[in-house]
Amino acid sequence: MLLEGQVRIPSGCAISAMISKEGRRVNGEKIMQSMVPMHDRSNGLGGGFAAYGIYPEYRDFYALHIFYNDNSDREECERFLREMFEIVKAETIPIRKIPEITNVPLIWRYFVTPLRSVLSRLQLDEKEYVARMVMRINTGINGAYVFSSGKNMGVFKAVGFPEDVGRFYRLEEYEGYSWTAHGRYPTNTPGWWGGAHPFALLDYSIVHNGEISSYDANRRYIEMFGYKCTLQTDTEVITYIADYLIRRQGLTLKEMASVIAAPFWSTIDSRPEHEREQLNYLRTIYPSLLITGPFSIILGFEGGLMALNDRLKLRSMVTAEKNDMVYIASEEAAIRVMEPDAENIYAPSGGEPVIVNVKEGAY
Amino acid sequence: MVIKANELDFATLNRTIRESSDDVHITGCLGQRFIAAGLSHKNITIDGIPGNALGAYLNGANITVDGNAQDAVGDTMNDGSIVIHGTVGDAVGYAMRGGQIFVQKNAGYRAGIHMKEYKEKKPVMVIGGRTGSFLGEYQAGGLIIVLGLHDDGKPIVGNFPCTGMHGGKVFLREDVSKLKLPRQVSAHTATDEELDEALPHIMRYCGLFGVDSEAILEKPFTVITPDSKNPYKQMYVQN
Repeated sequence: MLLEGQVRIPSGCAISAMISKEGRRVNGEKIMQSMVPMHDRSNGLGGGFAAYGIYPEYRDFYALHIFYNDNSDREECERFLREMFEIVKAETIPIRKIPEITNVPLIWRYFVTPLRSVLSRLQLDEKEYVARMVMRINTGINGAYVFSSGKNMGVFKAVGFPEDVGRFYRLEEYEGYSWTAHGRYPTNTPGWWGGAHPFALLDYSIVHNGEISSYDANRRYIEMFGYKCTLQTDTEVITYIADYLIRRQGLTLKEMASVIAAPFWSTIDSRPEHEREQLNYLRTIYPSLLITGPFSIILGFEGGLMALNDRLKLRSMVTAEKNDMVYIASEEAAIRVMEPDAENIYAPSGGEPVIVNVKEGAY
Repeated sequence: MVIKANELDFATLNRTIRESSDDVHITGCLGQRFIAAGLSHKNITIDGIPGNALGAYLNGANITVDGNAQDAVGDTMNDGSIVIHGTVGDAVGYAMRGGQIFVQKNAGYRAGIHMKEYKEKKPVMVIGGRTGSFLGEYQAGGLIIVLGLHDDGKPIVGNFPCTGMHGGKVFLREDVSKLKLPRQVSAHTATDEELDEALPHIMRYCGLFGVDSEAILEKPFTVITPDSKNPYKQMYVQN
């Protein structure tokens, strides 16, 4: 085996995304291809995709994507699901057996809705209930891991290079108005299926390139609110922060960006008064949710995307447009694969969110 | 020779470039990294988008890109020239120690970070548009010129330019009163004599990209240098 210094492994995760502002659904072919020129940014230990708008026929049901180690784990988890949810459909996720993807777990998908009786007894809103059930499965049922839990969206991920993972999950057969993709180069944790990106909770999904240095500070804070970080990976904690700030605290996306990639105090001081007050307020209320260290992330949600770099911009990110499409990627080359004639190529500044919303009613 | 880069991985492409006995024209380039790394004595033209670390350790070859380039163009380059007909990503000219880089449009963050010079080795970088934050961070030598010919209304340079600068010189085509600079550098409107140092490089930029030099020189330039031989005295250790 070659050790450090004897071999150079060119690396750094890769992310990309495409979204139609008109809500036009496109298949997964292009987003898979976008990962090819960025192949060397990952090392084959993880790849994945999030797709929005892919389950229109089940749009009112939560789509749970679950990995199982074996059938007994599945039976235990399904017993739990039947107690907590009405299950309208249960099936294995179709895959294509290819030599590049090995050690395949059982991969199931369930379309579910919370039992009304249980909801009213617990006095919880539907999303909070589903989020809690996901946490219970992921921390309580050994050998079962829910990796996708939103409505009309789904995460597909595995250990392998992203372009292989896409073929494995037959993503060319799905049509979504919004897609994100990730190629992984794990730095702190072993590469396994659950640890691949995107990370998702409800309809929020995150793909992330970077390595945040505030992980433990963020984790300690977010775990006070019922989230359980089971994987010791920074992307998981970013996902829960997004859910907490947007869904539970009711912040706008822009405000959330100002919390996790807060400008320096010296930069805040140079802003106009109203903006200065707002930024001061957010940094004061949520100091423990400031994310430091390098990151470029794409947050997917129902009806849109947000791209964001850390405030020092220690990772690359490029955006572009063409007609109703918006493209985002770690490298311009990836965008040119999806759309050779992409226009308005733009590199957002550190901490400057790029928010894309699909036309109301079109998703 | 013409190399069709479509479908070639970076290692194959670079091997082909190295083995070519004459100048090289690469077509259909899309994200292949390390193009012309360490190369001397060759002219290379590229159609498309070269990958990261274009011309890293370049040692005398000349590269022209008809398109945008990505991150870390000219990383630690020693000699030669890189001409980009478009924009570049972050960290262009990272630790550059010789040669010249000309960028037609904008550059990303950390342009010219830790550029250095030694005796006759004096790197030059000219950026036509604007740059992101941390321009010339830890600059130790060489010349950075930013012309601000962009038209999107944004400032010529982002936050924290010249942070940690302790050598070299930066020319920004901007009024000095509009710049926010760290305490350890000094900045003033460049005199005609001072501008003479930048002038040949500005003229070369104008020649390369067909820009009217008179219009450029109508606006004042600010020249930025570290404000003493030891600007960080006692910042880290007693020295």
